[in-house]
Amino acid sequence: MMDQLTYFFTDPIARKVILGVSIIGAVSGVVGTFSFLRKKTLIADAVSHSVFPGICLGFLFAGTKDPVTLMVGAIFTGWFSVWSIDYIVRTSKLSEDTAIALVSTFFFAIGSVLLSIISKSQNSEQTGLKSFLFGKAATLSTTDVQVFFVVSVLIVAIVILFFKPIQLVCFNADFADSIGIKINRIEFLLSVLTVTTIAIGIQALGVVLMSALLIAPAASARYWTNKLVGMLVISALFGFLSGIIGVIFSTVKDDMPTGPWIVFVLFLFTMITLLFAPKKGWFSLQRQSKKNNRKIEQENILKTFYQFSEEGFERITVGRFLEKRRMDSHVLERNMNRMIHQGCLKRQDQNYELTEKGKGEAARIVRSHRLWELYLTKRMNFKEDHIHGTAETIEHLITPEIEKELLKELNFPVSDPHNKDIPY
Amino acid sequence: MVGDAISHSVLPGIVIAYLFSSQFDSIFIMIGAGIFGVFTTVIIDFFHKKLKLQEDASIGITFTWLFAVGVILIALFTGSATDLDQECVLFGELGTSFLDKIIIGGRLYGTRSMLMILPVFLVIVLFVFSGFKGLQLLAFHEEYALSKGINTRIWQLGFMSLVSITTVMSFESVGAILVVGLLVLPPATAYLLVGKLTKMLWFSCVIATFDCLLGYLFSIYFDVSVSSMIIVFAGIIFVLVFLGLKAQKKWKNNFSEQSVFE
Repeated sequence: MMDQLTYFFTDPIARKVILGVSIIGAVSGVVGTFSFLRKKTLIADAVSHSVFPGICLGFLFAGTKDPVTLMVGAIFTGWFSVWSIDYIVRTSKLSEDTAIALVSTFFFAIGSVLLSIISKSQNSEQTGLKSFLFGKAATLSTTDVQVFFVVSVLIVAIVILFFKPIQLVCFNADFADSIGIKINRIEFLLSVLTVTTIAIGIQALGVVLMSALLIAPAASARYWTNKLVGMLVISALFGFLSGIIGVIFSTVKDDMPTGPWIVFVLFLFTMITLLFAPKKGWFSLQRQSKKNNRKIEQENILKTFYQFSEEGFERITVGRFLEKRRMDSHVLERNMNRMIHQGCLKRQDQNYELTEKGKGEAARIVRSHRLWELYLTKRMNFKEDHIHGTAETIEHLITPEIEKELLKELNFPVSDPHNKDIPY
Repeated sequence: MVGDAISHSVLPGIVIAYLFSSQFDSIFIMIGAGIFGVFTTVIIDFFHKKLKLQEDASIGITFTWLFAVGVILIALFTGSATDLDQECVLFGELGTSFLDKIIIGGRLYGTRSMLMILPVFLVIVLFVFSGFKGLQLLAFHEEYALSKGINTRIWQLGFMSLVSITTVMSFESVGAILVVGLLVLPPATAYLLVGKLTKMLWFSCVIATFDCLLGYLFSIYFDVSVSSMIIVFAGIIFVLVFLGLKAQKKWKNNFSEQSVFE
C-alpha cells in the first residue's frame, strides 16, 4: 500500500497525471462556486456536453490533438450553447430546463456524428479522442498539464481581479445593477470562466461527468461556511482532493476511466458533508429540531402550571395535569424530570410544584402569549376569537427584546383581550 | 430535467441486472432500471427537501453520481460482460440491432428490439389514453389536482416509471444521452407550434417519427452513427421551426406597424 502511494508521487507519469487532475479539480471548485451560487449548475452540465463537438471540430481543423486548438474549439461551442440556451429562454415560451436539455443533446449529437466521421478517417492520432467521453487522465501529456496550469492561473487571477463585482452579482444582482456594475459583462465573464474550466477538465472527467466537478465541491463547501472566500477555498480543496483520490482509485484496474472514480469520491465527500456538517448537516439539524421541540414542550408545561396557579392550585399530579392539557404521558414525565433537574420544578410524593425560578419562566411565557394577543387585537384589528392560535406559536419565539418593544407599544397593559391579567 | 437525470441514472440498474441475468432482453433489466429510476427521484427529493440542498445541485449531483457508478461497474466487469461497453451505453447500437432476428418456425417475426419495444409502446399508449385526465392535471396544475383529492404521488410515480421504462428500451438503440434528445426535442418543437395538449401529443409523435426516418436515411447515406444523426435531425427541425416562427412574427410585426403608419 505504502509502495503504491509513494509510486504516485515519484513516478514521473503518475505525478504528471495527479498534477493535471488536481489543478482541474481546484479550479473547478473555484469556478463551480459561482455557478452554484447563481443556481446555474445545470447549465454547466449542458456546457460540458456541448464542448464535445468543439473538440471534434478542433481536431478536424488541426489534424492532431493539439491541446490549444481543441480548447479553442471547445470554448467556442461551449459558449455558443450558453448563448443558445439564454436566447431560447428569452425569446420563446420554452422553460429553462427544456432549453438546457435540448441544446445539450443536440450539441452532443453533432459531436458524436463528427466523432464517427473522424474515426473513419485514416488519421492515427484519433484514438485518444474517445477518452473525452469518460475521461482518461492517463492520456494527459506534459503540454496538456502546462496548458492547464497557465489557464488555471489566468482563471484564478481573473477571479481575484473582479472579486467584488462578481460577489455582488452572485448575491444581489439588483443591488449590483443599482450601483452601476455592468451585470451583463460580469455574467458574460462568469460564463466564459465556466466554459473554459469545462474545456480543460473534459479530458480528465469526460463529457457526462464534468459537471459533477463543478457542482459537488461547491455544494459541499456551502455547508461548511457562510463566507464566500471560505467557500472558494474549501470548494477548491474538495475538488483538489477528489481529483487526487479519484486518480488513485482508478488505477485498481487497467484501462479504467478516471472520470467516474473522481465523481464517486466527490459524492462521498458530499454525502459526509450533508450528513455531518456542523449547523447545516442532517444530524445537526435533527439535534436542533429535537432541542426546539423539547423547549416548546417544556414551555407548554410551564404555561399549564401557571394556568393552574391562576385557578388557585399550586400542587398538581400528573393525572390532573393531563386532564387540562393533552400530552403524551411519557413525554410529560420525561420533560418534568428534566425540569426538576434544571430547578424549575419540584416534586413531593405524587405532586409537582413550580419553584421560584419556574414561576418566573412561566410568567414570562404567559406574558408573551397575552401581550401578543393584545397586540393582534389592538394594532392589527384581529377578532378576539382568532388570536389564540398564532399566539400559541409565537410565544415560543418572542425574545426579551421583542417583549420590551411590545410592552412599550401597548403602554404596559394590565389585562389581555380575554380579560386575564398580564403577569409582570 | 428530472427525465434527463433519470436517463443517466438508470445505468447502474441496467448493469447490475445484466450482471445477474447476463442477457439484454430480460425482464430483470426493466426491473433494475425501474428501481433506479424511482430511486433517483427519491434521492433528489431527499437532498432537496430534507437536506436543504438547492434543487439544481441536487439533480446534478445525483445523476452524475449514479452514472459514474454505472460506468465504474461496466469498467470493472467488462471482462465477463463483453456486450456491455462504455460507448454502447452512450450511443447505442441501432446499426446492428437488425441483425438480431427472431425466427420461429422458419418465419421472420421481426427483430428482437422491435418485439421488445412493441409491448412497451402499447402499455404507454394505454396509460396515456386511460389516464389522460390525471396526466393533464399533473402537467398543468399539480396543486389543483391535489386539492381535488387526486393522489399526485401515484401519478408522479407512474409517470416516472414510464419515463424509466422508455429510457431503458431506448438505451440499446440510441444510448443514454441521446434518448434525452428524443424525449425533449420533438415535444419542444410541437410546443412551439401548437398550444393544446392533445394536438401537441400528435404533433410530437409525427415529428419524432419523421426525425427518426430522416435521421436514419441520412446516417446510412453518410455512413455515420445512426442515433446521433437522428438527434441532429431533431435538432435541425427544432431550429428551423424556432427560426421560422421568429421570422413569421417579425414579418407580421412589420406588416402591422406599416398599417398603423398608413
